[in-house]
This record gives sequence, structure tokens and C-alpha cells, in this order.
Amino acid sequence: MATLRQHLLGMTALVGTGLAFAAPAQADLTVISFGGAVQQAQIKAYYEPFTAATGIKIIPGEYNGEQAKIKAMVDTKNVTWDVVEVETAELLRGCEEGLYEPLDFAKIGDKKDFLASAVTECGIGTFVWATILAYNADKLTTPPTSWADFWDVKKFPGKRSLRKGAKFTLEIALLADGVKPAEVYKVLATKEGVDRAFAKLDQIKGDIQWWQAGAQPPQMLASGDVIMSSAYNGRIATAQKEGRNLQIVWNGSVYDADHWTIPKGTPNAAEAYKFIQFASLPKTQGAYSQQIAYGPVNLKAIDGLDAKIAANLPTAPKNLENALANNGQFWVEYGEELEQRFNAWAAK
Amino acid sequence: MTALDDTQATAPGSVPLRVQLRRAERITKLKYLGLIAPLAIFLAVTFLWPIGALLWHSVDNPEVVEALPETTKLLRSWDRKALPDEAVFAAFARDLAAAHGNPALAGAAKRLNMERSGFRSQLMNTGRKLRVEAGQSAKAAVLAADARWGEVSSWQALARNSTPFTAFYLLAALDHKIADDGSIVHADPDQTIYVEILLRTLWMSVIVTLISLALAYPLAYLLATIPSKSSNLLMIMVLLPFWTSVLVRVAAWIVLLQNEGPINRALVGLGIVDEPLQLVFNRLGVYIAMVHILLPFAVLPLYSVMKGISPSYVRAAVSLGSPPFRSFWKIYFPLTLPGIGAGGLLVFILSMGYYITPALLGSPREQMASYFVAFYVNETTNWGMAAALSTILLAATLVLYIIYSRYFGPARVNQVAPR
Amino acid sequence: MLQPYASPVERVWYYSLRVLCGLIIVFLVVPILVIVPLSFNADSILMYPMSGFSWRWYHEFFGSVTWTNALKNSLIISPLATLVAVVLGTLASIGLVRVNFPGKALLISVLISPMVVPVVIAGVAVYLFFAPLGLSGSYLGLILAHAMLGVPFVITTMTATLQQFDYNLVRASASLGADPIKTFFKVTLPLVAPGVISGALFAFATSFDEVVVTLFLASPEQRTLPRQMFSGIRENISPTIAAAATVLVAVATLLLLVLELVRRRSERLRGAPTPIAKSVRRSFLKKRIEA
Repeated sequence: MATLRQHLLGMTALVGTGLAFAAPAQADLTVISFGGAVQQAQIKAYYEPFTAATGIKIIPGEYNGEQAKIKAMVDTKNVTWDVVEVETAELLRGCEEGLYEPLDFAKIGDKKDFLASAVTECGIGTFVWATILAYNADKLTTPPTSWADFWDVKKFPGKRSLRKGAKFTLEIALLADGVKPAEVYKVLATKEGVDRAFAKLDQIKGDIQWWQAGAQPPQMLASGDVIMSSAYNGRIATAQKEGRNLQIVWNGSVYDADHWTIPKGTPNAAEAYKFIQFASLPKTQGAYSQQIAYGPVNLKAIDGLDAKIAANLPTAPKNLENALANNGQFWVEYGEELEQRFNAWAAK
Repeated sequence: MTALDDTQATAPGSVPLRVQLRRAERITKLKYLGLIAPLAIFLAVTFLWPIGALLWHSVDNPEVVEALPETTKLLRSWDRKALPDEAVFAAFARDLAAAHGNPALAGAAKRLNMERSGFRSQLMNTGRKLRVEAGQSAKAAVLAADARWGEVSSWQALARNSTPFTAFYLLAALDHKIADDGSIVHADPDQTIYVEILLRTLWMSVIVTLISLALAYPLAYLLATIPSKSSNLLMIMVLLPFWTSVLVRVAAWIVLLQNEGPINRALVGLGIVDEPLQLVFNRLGVYIAMVHILLPFAVLPLYSVMKGISPSYVRAAVSLGSPPFRSFWKIYFPLTLPGIGAGGLLVFILSMGYYITPALLGSPREQMASYFVAFYVNETTNWGMAAALSTILLAATLVLYIIYSRYFGPARVNQVAPR
Repeated sequence: MLQPYASPVERVWYYSLRVLCGLIIVFLVVPILVIVPLSFNADSILMYPMSGFSWRWYHEFFGSVTWTNALKNSLIISPLATLVAVVLGTLASIGLVRVNFPGKALLISVLISPMVVPVVIAGVAVYLFFAPLGLSGSYLGLILAHAMLGVPFVITTMTATLQQFDYNLVRASASLGADPIKTFFKVTLPLVAPGVISGALFAFATSFDEVVVTLFLASPEQRTLPRQMFSGIRENISPTIAAAATVLVAVATLLLLVLELVRRRSERLRGAPTPIAKSVRRSFLKKRIEA
């Protein structure tokens, strides 16, 4: 009998250890962002200095912008993500659906210090990025200059790559079809416009290899799997720094801001505010832009930028010439149906 | 133990031995059932109940009823032909006023947008703008907020969601929908995909099963017929990949099959092809990796069946003058059919649920049913669609599993054999 | 064996079967042979030809918080999940083998069904169910879910082993005066230990290779090694993946070796040689492969 009891005791102890692991340690902050080079830059510019300054440990996580996990956490009141980086449309929709805490800007900073588009009810912008056309200059002797070239499979034979999803891809298709940036969302808001975008995509469907994570395009370009690709500008700039001969076409870039949000009901809201405040300072935002070619949203950080760095950001006047500002409200409105249609289209 | 208790049973005046024995047997039986109970409860809580709850989501439709309780109550008795009367509009105005700023309204808007494009803004804007002035009719105020409320179809869409259950998701998972007049019709061509996906899932599983069987058969035959020293080594070569993580193997196949990978280099180097072949991120890559992962599942049952076939059968046939191939085909092959059935069905069932391999090695055109379940859960947060697709995939799997366990399965193998 | 008097047809048959099987074996083994050397490649691209030998990627693997955390998580979750699966599965198997009742075949089918239900469905279901209980994004939730996936393997191996077990030995022990507990530890356990161990190995391998449920259930804190590999393959194919893969191959080899030792030991105990696949045949449906 004694043996059995000992065994039972041993087992209870083991299960107890398991339970102990189930409870997250206090004051660790889980910060979720888009991973890869973005995350590396955030670790250097934000996470490590923040931990050094406050002693709060940060657990970095990455995702590709899917809102489902956040919704499940908020709905079930089991929120384990404390700060999340989201794109504009997801921010606005999530705010409406009650996924994100409305922010108390008194705890973050003066609203006037930030780009107007960076300040919303539930989020504070953190950087401006752009989807651009990138190509491998070692493989292409004539450089492409526009999305129309991206569609020209005769002049540029070979695979190309686009982000797997409706957002940005449909805009790019319309830009390639000759729609002016200012008209893109007007056209896309009609059934005919959506059909037109899909018809345009149909022309090169067989030549497209889709990417999902921002780290993929530079790799696929470098390995020669594709000759050109849509990509996040910062990832290409990082690859350039690593010695890869990848080039950016700014003509027809689509830019957007990413935002910090706090999922509703996180037990670590106080620390989350501290982190967001820290990551919105001119100093840290400037440091971030030195790590990766994304533009700050804090106006003082923008003023303090090195001219050489500033020229490579999506916000440089030269780069904005023929650029399209992502319309978050449009994607709040049409995002779900277009994503669903896109997914069905891609799978056929 | 019970055997010892029996010695007292002979005492005069006690309960007859037969009854005592039966009682003791029942107690033993209960004890053993008690041993099964913890696992049964564990699986009920961690597996059966969650699956049941998931299936429930495929008909669950709470959003609109929760956000607009009064309106939906009235709409249940509406004839769905002409615009509803003032009472419904008034209830609608009250519901909207109550739901303003409440996430439930966004939930209902999301749900209704699945019925009709543009419904999200229609509902959200109305919620923001609607003010019923004193003396104004609710209908006029609602129409002033958004003219689309003057269309009967807006109300028909609301009425379709006025009950807490819906066939919407299950129908959508079979490429159908309920039209405004209440009839069931085909979904729009740009939304129809699921029947194709289901057929694709079955088709790809068939191909993988056939290739796996074709490769497994000779291998199992060799394993079963050579001396056990060499067969042990061979078996280890079959089992090592089997024990290796699926992700390791997927990564390895990417390395092997990529454009600049060893296979393409060899093909180009030998002058067989001029340009690298596309071997991965398409159907071919998925087939190669799936067969690689599932082959052992076909080899093992075949091997165990073949091991039980006495070589003397074929020898007898040959010695009676039947040519070797004919003997093999007429004598040996029929005896291996149970192994083919078990291995084939097992591979088929497992293929149907594949997700990781197509996700990492295929293009969107290789994605199977599981991918769409994950898509709806992760990307559009549409649990109803995920649940409906799961229901259909699960039903297909269960039918096959029932066949499997009836004819080849562990339940059959593990029947208590009297010793 | 090819007989000296074999006819030409038999000769062709004999050699072509062996060549064919050789090719199939190459197909089975080559991916593992390809990935392991690449982990020692000095170059930073996961590609042949290799440019030189280097420990660099192992430094990267063991020096990175993400990877070591993933390894640590796997080493926490898998053993505990195995323990739960083995304890519950073994108890139930004893009951299942010793007692008959109506609906037993159905019950067994249900107990084994986590093995055949598509993992994505199990993953989504468990995720939606666990989240409101506060079990998603927790170690406990993952351990329970992995144990659920491992249970069928314990059941299949254990019921098979117990059927081979001669119950008269227990009676003999009892008649010699041993109490049930003593009998269990002195007689039953040593004889069924191989079954317990192989069931445990299968359950361990299932958990150690699990991605899909983890994908849904784990938050970044609980990322396991396969989960981290999944991100790695999708997002950032670097030779660190090859190093991680080699670690996993080493674990697989170790499991296989232990299983082989167990088989040999049980052969000795039973006194009858069993070919390697006999235990395999008994367990029948083996490790669940989710992919």
C-alpha cells in the first residue's frame, strides 16, 4: 500500500508542477508583432531598452495579422496577449467589435506629437510601411518600373509573387490595369471593379507563387524562385544591408501605418501602457527607423531623422509621388467578403 | 480476490453459491469498468464534448437575435413579402438605440454582411445616425438614416436570422444558399468552392493511397519473405522516417525539390532538362511528401498480413504446374487483400485530414478541406463556416472509420480472446 | 534465397524486386540523410553543395532564446502529456481486456478515434472549448490536448500486450499469498512493461511531433519545437532549421532504439523470438502522423 501511496504522491507532485506552469509569471509582457526583420528591429529598438529601463520582461511573439486569436481571447476573457501590432483595417474593425481597449492618451503622450492618421480611438501608430514592387537585380537586366511590368510575362518571363490575401493584392491589380491611385478605392467599391481586379489577376494566376509572411519575398527573390514580388519595403532594405542585390520600385507603392493596441481585458494593461508610451518616444522611434526602413509616426522623431535614412522611408516625398494610401475604412467595410472571395478564387 | 471469498460460500444457510458467484462477478466487473471510467471521462471532456460543441457552431446563429431582440421577435411572424409595418420599424429603432456602442451590434453586422454585401455599413451607419424625432414615424426615421431599409430584401435577410439556428453555414459549405424568397439555390459562382474542395480532398487522398499501396506492396513482400536478419535492418529503414518529425521531412523535401536543389541540379547537369523543373509548391511536391509520410502506414499492415501467409501455398501451386506469376496472382495476392484493405483505408483516412504538408509544400490549389477549416478560424474568424466544413469532413471520415474498424480495426483485433 | 536451379524468369523477378525495393528504401531514407549534413554547413543558405564544416547553426540554435525555449517547452509538455496518457490508457486497457459488456467494440472505437479525426478539427474544437476555461495559451491545456492525442496509441499497444498476458500468473501469485498491489508490481508490471513503454514512446512521439493543435492552442510562451519549425519553414528557411531537424532526428533515433531494446527484452522474457514488426502488428495503428 505504501508503494502505491508514494506513487500517487509522486504523480500529484508532477501534475502540480504542470499546474504551476499553467499560470503565467507576473508582469511579463507578451508583445505580438509581424515577426522576422520587423521583430528583430523591435527587439533592438524597443524591447531590450524597455526591459533595461523598467525591469519588465518582454515575451516576443509573431503573427500574420489574423484577428481570430484575439477575438477568441477577448470573447472568452482569457487574454494572454498584452500588446499587439495591427494594420489599420483590423484596428478599426477590432475597435468596433470591442476587441481593443480604447486608449487613454494621457498615459501615452500628446496627440499633437503624432501624425494625424496615427491617432485613433483604440490604437497609436507605430510606423509607416509600404508594399512595394521588389526585384532581384542579378536576375533581371532590364528593371521593371511599374505594376504593369509585373504583369508583363513576355518582357519578364518567370514566376512572380504576391501576398496571399485580398488586401493590397486587389489594389495592385487595379494599379496594374491603369487605374489612378486616387481612383482605386472608388473602383474597388463596385462589383465591376472587384471583377476587374480578379480578371487582371487571372492573367498571371499561373505565374504567381503566393507569400504569407513578410520574410518570404526577400528569400524567394534571393534564391531565384521568383523574379519579382510585392514586398514590405523594410524587409527588402534589410536584405540589401545583408548584401543581396534586391531593388525597390516605389512607383505604385501602397502605404499604411501599423498600430499598437491593447486587447481588451489584458491583466497587464498598466505595463502595456508603459510599453506603448516607451515605444512612442522620439528617441526609440528614431532608433527603430535606424534598424529597419520604416517611418516613425512621432513628428519629433521624423524631424530628427538622418537624411540618408529618411530618403529610404515610405514617407519620403520622392517615394510618395505615385503612391496609394491604404484605405482602412474600405477594408473594414469590404474586407471579409473580399478575403473570402479571394481565398475561393486562389484555390480554384 | 474473489477466488478466496468462495471458500466461505459453503457455510450452511447462506446465499446459494451461484448467486454469490454472480454477485462477486458483478463486483469484479464494476471494478474493471471503474478502471475504464477515468479515461472515458477524460476523453469525453477533452475530445468528444469539444467536437460536439464545434459541430453545434455550424447551426448556431445567435448574433442578430442578441443584438436586435425585439425586431427579430416580431420578424418571426412577418409574411416576408411586403415591407414590415411601423411596429417592426419602431422595435428596430429601440433595439438599435439599446445596442449603440455595443460590440454585439458589430457582431450582427458581420453576420448580416455574409448574407448581403454592404450590410455591415448599412447597419452600423443606421446605428450611428438614427434619431427618431418626436412626432416622426420610426419608419421615416430609419429610411432617412439609410434608404436601403426601404428594400424588402434587407428585411428578408434580417428575418432569415431571426431565429437562433441557421442552415446558412451548412448550405454554404455545400455551395448553396437560401434566396430571398426562401428557396435553396446555388451560391454565386465566385463563392462556390467547397464541393470542389471536398472532391479535391477525396481525389488527392485516392492518388496518395494508390501510390502508397503500389510502393508498399513490393516492400512488404520483400520484408516478409527474406530472412529475419536482413528484414530487421530493412524494417528499421522503414521505421526511422516513420519516427522522424513530419516537419523535418517537409523541410528536407523543400531542400531536395527546390529549383536549385540537388534533384534539379542533377537533372540539368545530366542534360535531361534545360531548365529546373517545378517540383515543389505544387501538386507534385505535395504528393511526394504525403506518400513519404504515409507509406509506412501501408507497409506495416501489409507486412503483418504477408508474414502470416505460409509460403507453402504458392509452392504447392507451382509444384502442381501453375506458372509462378499465375500462382502469385491466384493464390498469394487474394490472401493479401485484408492487408491492402487495412493499409489502404488507413492511408486514405489519414490523407483526408492533411493540413501541414499541403500548407507548407503546396500552392492554394493543393489545399484540402482542413486548410479551409483553419482559414475560417484564423483569418476571418468565421466559426460557423469552420464548423460546417468540419461537420462535412468529419462525416466523411467517420463513415470510412466505421468501415475500417468493422473490418480491419483495433476493436476487432482486440476482442477478448478466451484463453 | 535465390535457388541455384531458379529459372531465368525467377532470376529477373528476384533481382527486379530487390532493385525496386532498394529504390523505395532510398526514397524513404534520403530526406533524413539530406537534412542532417546541411546542419553542419558553413554557408547561410539551406542548399547544396556544402561550402565547409561548421558548428555555427548549432550555436545559433542553442544560443537563441526562441529555439531553446521551444526545446524546453517540448521537454516539459511531451513527458507530462505522455504520463497522463499512459496512466489513463493503461488503467482503461486493463479494464477493457478483462471485462466484456455490450457496446464494448463501440467504446474502443471511440477511445481510439482521436487518432483518425482530422487533427485540424480536433485542434479547432479543443481550442474553442478550452479558451473559455482559461486553458488556451496555458501549459496545462496543451498537456491535456496532447495526452488526448496520445491515448489511442497507449490503448492499442496496451490491449495487445495484455491479451498476451497470462492471467494465471496473477492467480498463482495470489494463491501464494501476495496481496494485489504486490502482485501488480512484482508480477504484472514486469511482464506488461514492454507494452507500457512502447505505448509511452508512441504517445511521446505523438506529442513531440504535434503541430496543429499547438498552432491553435499555444501562445508564444508555450511554443514547442515543431511549432517553431513550422514558423521557421514558412517564414525563414535558414540552416538553423536543419540543426533543429537534426535534434529531432536524434530524438527519433533514440526512441526507435529504446523500442528495439524493449522488444528484445520482451522476447527474452517470453522466451519466444518475435520478428521486429510483430509488436508493430499488434499495435496495428501506430503513431498518429498529423500533417
